[in-house]
Amino acid sequence: MTTELYGIAASDGIAIAKTYRLESPSLEFDRNTIDDPALEIERFQTAIAVSSKELELIKEQAETQIGPKEAAIFGAHLMVLSDPELIGPITEKIETDRVNAETALHEVSEMFMNIFASMDNDYMKERAADIKDVRNRVLAHLLGVKFPNPGLISEKVILLAEDLTPSDTVQFNPEFIQGFLTEIGGRTSHSAILARTLEIPAVVGVKKLMESLADETLLIIDGIEGKIIADPTGEQIESYKKRKEEYEHQKTVLAGLKDAPSVSSDGSKVELAANIGSPKDVKSALENGAEAIGLFRTEFLYMGRDSFPTEEQQYEIYSEVLKAMGTKPTVVRTLDIGGDKELSYLDLPKELNPFLGLRAIRLCLEMPDMFRTQLRALLRSSVHGNLKIMFPMIATLDEFRQAKQLLLEEQEKLAAENIAFNKDIEVGIMVEIPSTAVMADLFAKEVDFFSIGTNDLIQYTMAADRMNENVSHLYQPFNPAILRMVKMVIDAAHKEGKWAGMCGEMAGEEMAVPILLGLGLDEFSMSASSILKTRSMIASLSKAEMENHTDTILALATAEDVKNYVAQLMDK
Amino acid sequence: MTEKQFTITDEAGMHARPASALVGTVSKFKSDIQLEFKGKKVNLKSILGVMSLGISSGSVVTISADGEDEAEAMAKIEEAMKAEGISNQ
Repeated sequence: MTTELYGIAASDGIAIAKTYRLESPSLEFDRNTIDDPALEIERFQTAIAVSSKELELIKEQAETQIGPKEAAIFGAHLMVLSDPELIGPITEKIETDRVNAETALHEVSEMFMNIFASMDNDYMKERAADIKDVRNRVLAHLLGVKFPNPGLISEKVILLAEDLTPSDTVQFNPEFIQGFLTEIGGRTSHSAILARTLEIPAVVGVKKLMESLADETLLIIDGIEGKIIADPTGEQIESYKKRKEEYEHQKTVLAGLKDAPSVSSDGSKVELAANIGSPKDVKSALENGAEAIGLFRTEFLYMGRDSFPTEEQQYEIYSEVLKAMGTKPTVVRTLDIGGDKELSYLDLPKELNPFLGLRAIRLCLEMPDMFRTQLRALLRSSVHGNLKIMFPMIATLDEFRQAKQLLLEEQEKLAAENIAFNKDIEVGIMVEIPSTAVMADLFAKEVDFFSIGTNDLIQYTMAADRMNENVSHLYQPFNPAILRMVKMVIDAAHKEGKWAGMCGEMAGEEMAVPILLGLGLDEFSMSASSILKTRSMIASLSKAEMENHTDTILALATAEDVKNYVAQLMDK
Repeated sequence: MTEKQFTITDEAGMHARPASALVGTVSKFKSDIQLEFKGKKVNLKSILGVMSLGISSGSVVTISADGEDEAEAMAKIEEAMKAEGISNQ
């Protein structure tokens, strides 16, 4: 019967193979008193010497198979074996307490393991496993039992263990080890780090793992989601085989397309950008080949705290992102809060219809001091990179003019204070309210760019809350009404020599990209993980050909018709 | 006896790599070498001892060496601190 288990996703990838349980031998021993301490100490020192020799070998193997950085941990293990604070107390215990070496070793190492396990730092906590690894090796030699040897595995398997020790993982032949699962450990444990280095999927911290799965059970493991499926159905296997292919394809694409431009097969260039929510996301955006940040949501700066962020705090964050992006454009969206997104320190009246209420630019214009602080911080940070400012939820030209006026006033103040800022920052708006899409031709004369926020544009145009299951079928990105509106916005921008982008989820959707390319969209901003897929897709599309289909597509009657039409095009 | 204070600047604090580097450096000296942090003294030749203090970045530690080769030992400690990016002073 198919069962599912979950754990911590520790290393990306998907594997489908049978289980191989890696179990440690029993290291149980009796607490004995001994007659000849000198003899017992000699027995102990022999075990240490043999263990050291083994570790030297493992270290060498690790250096060649994985790399000197990963092998360094065995240098530390060797140091533990010769640690005077470990060896000293053990030999002392044997002498004064007259106990066997096993007991002395166990008690002294236990004391150190407890010290590390009780530290409030995850890294140090996990070092207890290192001591245990060294301890068990010596203990096995004292007891004369064999230590498991995963190096002998010679068929494709998924390894299962309560915990994988570094000396286990280093013996893996990546050719046979498809992935591994452990009952304990976190994302920063050695096993997790090694799995990422070897680029094999791993799920760690899986509760009741060892009691749930027998040897040679067929498994699917998904290291991206942290999911395990035991005894999967044929359908599940097929579906995960496909996902595995996609994942591996994307990885190859990643290598090839990361620094490539985004160009259609007939030579038209577009910009592929990433949507981010905090400076932490910049790294992944760049790793995924983003040519720009098309939407930097600034809400996180205001959330999870008990007062407004200061100008200085905001300046630091914006500068951090701009510096990391260098000359690549970064579009920062000013605060989009209110309505359904609440702040504990901002007492707003409850609204019956928050999506149509006091939010985003409406709130900012209502609270100009708060807004001015953000604008000032943004202006100051503009010297560190290629900043563009974008106002959300603009419904009327008046709103845009007011917001722009506040920005100009802050620029003048900074100039008067002799504080540096970039005087040529592009200022644009999000197009997410139908009134603005309809008036795009007039907006285009005043703004520097448009970014179409499809998530809200669709819900406002269709008057359908996509979170409401009863009407979610009306949330239709491919409805010709939406596509016609997108065309109006893009055409209006181009007529005035401005650019038009899209930062809703639609921009990264496989079926939407060909249409948007044909409509002449200049910038596609999406979640970082979709960028490379979209880049490879655009490379296979001819923009001229898609342009030829545009009139036909916009004349179709329903969203279904549009999807069927595009699907047919793509099949060719 | 010679004594010197160091501020730990390695971002991750005294984790396995810097600890092994220090222990490896001092092991070959005859002098008795101690590291003191928050009133606790440990043998700098012991990796478990050094790591068990949980020294975080920004902490100030005092290292003392006592014995015939103490001056040379302290010089090597300073060298290792800088070379390994453990402390810049």
